[in-house]
Amino acid sequence: MRRMLKYTTCAVAGAFVLGLSNTGPAQADTELVVVSWGGAYSASQQKAYHDPYMKENPGIKILNDDSASEGLAKLRAQAEADNWTWDLVDMVMADAIVACDEGLVIEIDYDELLAPAPDGTLPSADFFEGTLRDCFIPQIVYSTTFGYRTDAFDGDGPKTIADIFDLEKFPGKRSLEKKPIGNLEWALIADGVSPDQVYDVLSTPEGVNQAFAKLDTIKDQTIWWVKGAVPTQHLADGEAVIASAYNGRLFSAIEEEGQPIAMMWDWQVFDLDGWVIPTGTKNMDEVKKFVRYATDTQRLADQAKYISYGPTRKSSAPLVGKHADLGIEMGPHMPTDPGNAKNTLLFNYEWWADHRAELDERFQAWLAQ
Amino acid sequence: MAQMTVASEVMTTADGTPLKVSLRRALRRSKIRAVLLVAPLFLFILITFLIPILDMTFRSVENSVVSRILHRTVPLIQEWDDSSGKLPSEAVFAAMAADIVEGRETREIGKVGTRLNYEVAGMSSLFRKSGRKVKNIEEPPFKEAMIDIDKKWGDINTWRLIKRESRNLTPSYYLAAIDMKLGFDGGIEMQADERRIYVKLFIRTLLLSALITGLCLVLGYPIAFLLATLPTRTSNLLMILVLLPFWTSLLVRTTSWIVLLQQEGVLNDLFVWFGLIEDDQRLRMIHNQFGTIIAMTHILLPFMVLPLYSVMKTIPPSYMRAARSLGANPFTAFVRVYVPNTVAGMGAGGILVFIIAIGYYITPALVGGTSGTLISNFIAYHMQVSLNWGLAAALGAILLAIVLVLYVLYDKIVGIDNMKLG
Repeated sequence: MRRMLKYTTCAVAGAFVLGLSNTGPAQADTELVVVSWGGAYSASQQKAYHDPYMKENPGIKILNDDSASEGLAKLRAQAEADNWTWDLVDMVMADAIVACDEGLVIEIDYDELLAPAPDGTLPSADFFEGTLRDCFIPQIVYSTTFGYRTDAFDGDGPKTIADIFDLEKFPGKRSLEKKPIGNLEWALIADGVSPDQVYDVLSTPEGVNQAFAKLDTIKDQTIWWVKGAVPTQHLADGEAVIASAYNGRLFSAIEEEGQPIAMMWDWQVFDLDGWVIPTGTKNMDEVKKFVRYATDTQRLADQAKYISYGPTRKSSAPLVGKHADLGIEMGPHMPTDPGNAKNTLLFNYEWWADHRAELDERFQAWLAQ
Repeated sequence: MAQMTVASEVMTTADGTPLKVSLRRALRRSKIRAVLLVAPLFLFILITFLIPILDMTFRSVENSVVSRILHRTVPLIQEWDDSSGKLPSEAVFAAMAADIVEGRETREIGKVGTRLNYEVAGMSSLFRKSGRKVKNIEEPPFKEAMIDIDKKWGDINTWRLIKRESRNLTPSYYLAAIDMKLGFDGGIEMQADERRIYVKLFIRTLLLSALITGLCLVLGYPIAFLLATLPTRTSNLLMILVLLPFWTSLLVRTTSWIVLLQQEGVLNDLFVWFGLIEDDQRLRMIHNQFGTIIAMTHILLPFMVLPLYSVMKTIPPSYMRAARSLGANPFTAFVRVYVPNTVAGMGAGGILVFIIAIGYYITPALVGGTSGTLISNFIAYHMQVSLNWGLAAALGAILLAIVLVLYVLYDKIVGIDNMKLG
């Protein structure tokens, strides 16, 4: 009996070992861990990039990780432990600069890594100017702009950035992002500073004081948001009548949920979101192939079918079609559409990398006053 | 004489080994067993709790990045007299250029910029820009060439800063955590007025935590009393009412408070409907300190009720009856006999609630608005957003020190042995 048991054990163990070695070739499948923001945004990437890529490359499996909001901190932790579990990370440009400075992500040779446009234009010419930088592979342009409740004011809604700061003409609560970045620029423009001088003015102590003084005028009528979903909620609940929000969030509140909200695009602030490749990824070649695919002209245009963020390639713009579910033309909802982009501001990332720490502290101290 | 003979005789056990040896053996065996039994837990706590805390605390003073990456410049710059009013020599500039070129290749030069930018805004871009351009300098003199790249290289304070931060340990994170900074001359200065924030936040965190602990005690005491004294059937039902919210997700409870308290929320709607307030005078009860206090009190209440309940359950009803029969009125009997018996529970609940409150972070982040955020929110900010882990570690270490001091005070005043968790 005991001997039989022994044989059975051996047989089972043997079968197990065999089984393991049999699964060997199947396990050669590469799993790419792609970190992004979750929600509607990851869904749009899934449909536009991940699904078609996995279909074309059966050996690749793309796993989503929704922790992009802690991307920087977790990347640094992986670097310090030298235990890299991520293959590709979605980041905003400002964070990508920090990650690049710290050596957490690789530098990119754009013309070598990325695919040229269909007409052969090299990536360095095809992507919008200022979007390619050291380590950052741009995907979308999004903007932080304003939405307001259409039923809140008797006449027209706010038209200019100065109206946002005008409590007499447009009374009611404002909902703004709890960060100095963006708000300080708007405050100065509303206060009459010429937009191309905003950062020169902000570089002086008087300029910073001027911006805070302007914000002071609406401070007690302002509530502050941190998470991107909140400002449209504030508008929908009537907690605020004017809110700064990401244009994609406003789009879905207006078009998908049918809220009584309208958009005000004056001096929308452009920001960029894109990929960075962690220095220590174990699948460097596979990731590079995937990135080349996911940032080609057609793929970037495809993403705009699912979410109203603009592609960062010039060659993608004509290919942007209709929303996949709603069937509305997406072109006019893009922040980069000529009708919306009359007055736009692009963050000066270099400037903010220098001054972010100091102004964040000042901003928080100002809030706590 | 008789005593001396007893002392000199060696006592032995049945098998002839001296009693002392045998006893020691037995003791050693049980000691080893005890150590082995405790070892897994000890190792677990060591690895997951003590080592990370020590590591984080070390980060709050650790400062090797400048001297490691600028390894050519740092030894040379020590000889430079920073009070001379003159820029360092050409040799220092040349060393710096070589360090930057090397740092650019190893992709580490950005770390120096980031580190120095914590002290003076502008250093981050200086090193980034120089990293790109310095390798193009063909021949000496490096001094002029570098000042050409960025005029900050010609600013004596840049070099003072580098010299100052070339030491391996720094107090600057702790200074920053209490709204101070190092001056260029090495003296300690107050942070500029409009940037002082952390001391205020520490005080606010302590006051709010104390207030929340007080509120929990006031609200939790009667509940615990009811739970302990009502007949089992009723008290079980009550217990479920206490435990259900305890088991519900924290986020759900916090967001329900937003729904209840916001300006267009349930409570304000009721007030308006009853005509207590006008429609345009709706109260602001969330996204401020008030919201933080309400939501946190609610969330932490079970941590007060449960220890109180477990202590009250052990107080025999005969104590109160005895007090009454000795002539005390119900109030006196309650205050002089019952309450002193529950001090252990109050202490346990109070410490539990206070310590959890002091490090609380999600709820204030969601409902705190601007006046209700706590120091923990800033620790999280520096961990996740600004990546200034040194400052986060210093803030955390100060918070830890405050808790330890309060713990010792508590031990001195109430006595930690009196604490009873159940």
